[in-house]
Amino acid sequence: MAEPAKTPTAFEPRIVAFLCHWCTYTGADLAGTTRQQYPPNVRVVHLMCSGAIDVVYVLKALMDGADGVLIGGCHPGDCHYQSGNFKARRRVAILKNILAQLGLSADRVWLRWISASEGRLFAETVREVTEAVRAMGPSEFKTQWDA
Amino acid sequence: MNRIGVFLCWCGSNIAGTVDVHRVIEEVRKLPEVAHAENYMYMCSDPGQDLVKAAIRDKNLTNLVVASCSPRMHENTFRKAAASVGLNPYLVEIANVREQCSWVHQQQKDVATRKAYNIIKATIEKVKRNAALEAIRVPVTKRALVVGAGIAGITAALDLADAGFETVVVEREAEIGGKLRRISRTFPYHEPADAILAPRAEALRDHPNVTLYTSSEVTAVGGYVGNFDVEVATDPGDGGPPETRTEKVGAIVVSTGYDLYPVENLGEYGGGRLPDVIDGLAFEGLLADSFRNGEPVRRPSDGRPVRDVVFIQCSGSRDPENHKPYCSRICCLYTNKQARLLRDRNPGCRAWVSFMDVRTDCKNTEEYCQQNIEERGIVYVRGRVSRVWQEGDRLRLWTADTLTGEKIELDADLVVLATAVVPAAGYAEVSSLLRAGVDANGFFQESHIKLRPVESSTRGVYLAGAGQYPKDITDTVAQAQATASKIQSLFANEELAQDPLVCRVDPDLCSACGICVPICPYGAREVDALAGFSRVNEALCEGCGACVAACPNKACQLKNDSMVQVVGEIEVFAAEEGEEDYTCAC
Ligand SMILES: Cc1cc2nc3c(=O)[nH]c(=O)nc-3n(C[C@H](O)[C@H](O)[C@H](O)COP(=O)(O)OP(=O)(O)OC[C@H]3O[C@@H](n4cnc5c(N)ncnc54)[C@H](O)[C@@H]3O)c2cc1C
Ligand code: SF4
Ligand code: SF4
Ligand code: SF4
Ligand code: FES
Repeated sequence: MAEPAKTPTAFEPRIVAFLCHWCTYTGADLAGTTRQQYPPNVRVVHLMCSGAIDVVYVLKALMDGADGVLIGGCHPGDCHYQSGNFKARRRVAILKNILAQLGLSADRVWLRWISASEGRLFAETVREVTEAVRAMGPSEFKTQWDA
Repeated sequence: MNRIGVFLCWCGSNIAGTVDVHRVIEEVRKLPEVAHAENYMYMCSDPGQDLVKAAIRDKNLTNLVVASCSPRMHENTFRKAAASVGLNPYLVEIANVREQCSWVHQQQKDVATRKAYNIIKATIEKVKRNAALEAIRVPVTKRALVVGAGIAGITAALDLADAGFETVVVEREAEIGGKLRRISRTFPYHEPADAILAPRAEALRDHPNVTLYTSSEVTAVGGYVGNFDVEVATDPGDGGPPETRTEKVGAIVVSTGYDLYPVENLGEYGGGRLPDVIDGLAFEGLLADSFRNGEPVRRPSDGRPVRDVVFIQCSGSRDPENHKPYCSRICCLYTNKQARLLRDRNPGCRAWVSFMDVRTDCKNTEEYCQQNIEERGIVYVRGRVSRVWQEGDRLRLWTADTLTGEKIELDADLVVLATAVVPAAGYAEVSSLLRAGVDANGFFQESHIKLRPVESSTRGVYLAGAGQYPKDITDTVAQAQATASKIQSLFANEELAQDPLVCRVDPDLCSACGICVPICPYGAREVDALAGFSRVNEALCEGCGACVAACPNKACQLKNDSMVQVVGEIEVFAAEEGEEDYTCAC
């Protein structure tokens, strides 16, 4: 979208969030219904379950310019498909190793359990992730490539 | 080449008050493949939908993005509207610009405007690769299975059988009837529980459409709504191995009921140690004996008629620190009933009730309760009993009256604990066999607390009775009848339409490695050794995407949520331009 001329301002992190349909996506909707206000840096990709998170998705987001990735699923025991969130947890653990090997801070990837009734927690989490990633600065991918 | 239509809703000022809807549409029109874009005050209204339909027809649109409230609100509305003018409903996607944009960035109009634009752009990336899909059709077996034959299960089974459907009833005890077999008379009209139960139990046993298995349990469940295979194991009663058989049914009712929280867990009241400290059902037994023999109520330890009885409500309920956090709902009323019946049976005896509140939320029960207190002189003492101990052949109690602050010591020869209602033992096995979720306290979870109160989290599995939450007989029967009606509407269909958003395999990419088989929680994957690839049973697949993420060859994909589509969305979001002037006011 065409933007008016702008002066460079402070670093604003870009965060891509993958949210499961049954819990966190619905919790994000509840944050809206209850008018929680949170930083606009997050963009939501809808997944049916956190267990559908593919390592490729996270890497793609980080390589294309995201500074942080948030994966949101149901609390342990609450996954609509029984165990998808445990699968997500195992996959994220593997992913963090890969990130370290790629020279990227593993702390850029967040996995959080947020239920459909936790709209406030969703807003708080976005705030927390945004601030933490802001403090880390732009993704090492960007700074390495720019250099 | 797609001809994509984009429809941005103002939602009055809910979206338009924050997002510059005109500017967004202006920019969206410049995107490739967008053949039409417009905004309107209320897109979901009849004129709004007419506008969508007219554009589909007039502009020959092939795919739609409706940018509005969450897809959870109106995805169906717009899909139906599209279908009504001949556009396949699965070619419509919703861009969530209200719940996840305008409502959460109300003070940041510029940023919210760009975010809305980006959400629409990402949704276009997805929808342009959507395929036209048809619902999956599966046949319905018009037989039901009921697990647990208390008054809930009996009622549901009789309604179904009377409606002409074969019904299989599985009860683990040798006798049907559940807790009603142990209750003397019922509030608020003192109708004997047996008068409620016996005719219905007999009707069930004699019903030509009912197959009853007592001393039986469900041991395995396969299949899905309309087509379950349930294995039932029956104890032959002679010490031999259980006989098993498989029943084909289309719907299952979980009516496993409740148990009482063990008195042993209430050590401070002497539960399990003192023979004259008993629970409510044990007291019902003493009342029943008294009615049967025409004698006064006698206590268990020495058979002496009781003169002073203390009832302790909320024993183990409403105590999140030590016991159960919830209110068990039925005990206020049955305690009042028990005290009243006791005063009738043992003239001259005294009845105290220790309580926190008296909750009378069922029809005619407030009047009933008040009348018993006033006319039968039952003494209600507000407070929590702190200790019960034995002194000689009497029990002594300490309690503090929280209304007067006065410390009271009471003397009794029987103490009745209104212990918390808990889910029936074995609920966890039933829950995992049937994939019917339970809540933090183990009660079966309804699919929606207001709108789908008798459906479990698994399609085709329904709930009735106190296993879902504590209930009196009135509520139990009402819920069982609701469940039976729900199943009858399911059985009114010859086939069921299932969402086609399932997984699909590309046989050329699949190496038949079999990784997807154990990953699938529904047993929907199977390697066809002969064909050399892994298949998906579409009727079983729930579209969770677990196998997709696990497949090393990317040989399986979710329909209309493929990897290319998700990556398309990621590209829009991650590579978004102009983020520098984001200003965060949060
Ligand atoms: C002391 C007391 C007094 C009461 N007095 C009254 C009253 O006066 N008026 C009133 O309206 N209500 C009263 N109630 C409440 C009443 O008991 C319940 O409303 C009613 O029993 C609920 O019926 P249900 O069928 O849901 O459960 P239940 O009666 O518990 O029946 C469940 C059945 O399922 C079976 N089952 C459990 N698990 C399995 C399994 N895994 N496989 C197969 N079968 C299984 C059980 O064996 C049982 O037969 C009282 C309750 C108590 C504790
Ligand atoms: S119904 Fe009455 S006695 Fe039972 S837990 Fe609730 S408040 Fe306590
Ligand atoms: S995991 Fe993938 S490659 Fe392996 S059998 Fe399943 S679909 Fe085929
Ligand atoms: S998408 Fe989920 S339910 Fe469907 S086959 Fe794959 S793992 Fe099983
Ligand atoms: S559905 Fe939410 S994590 Fe599986």
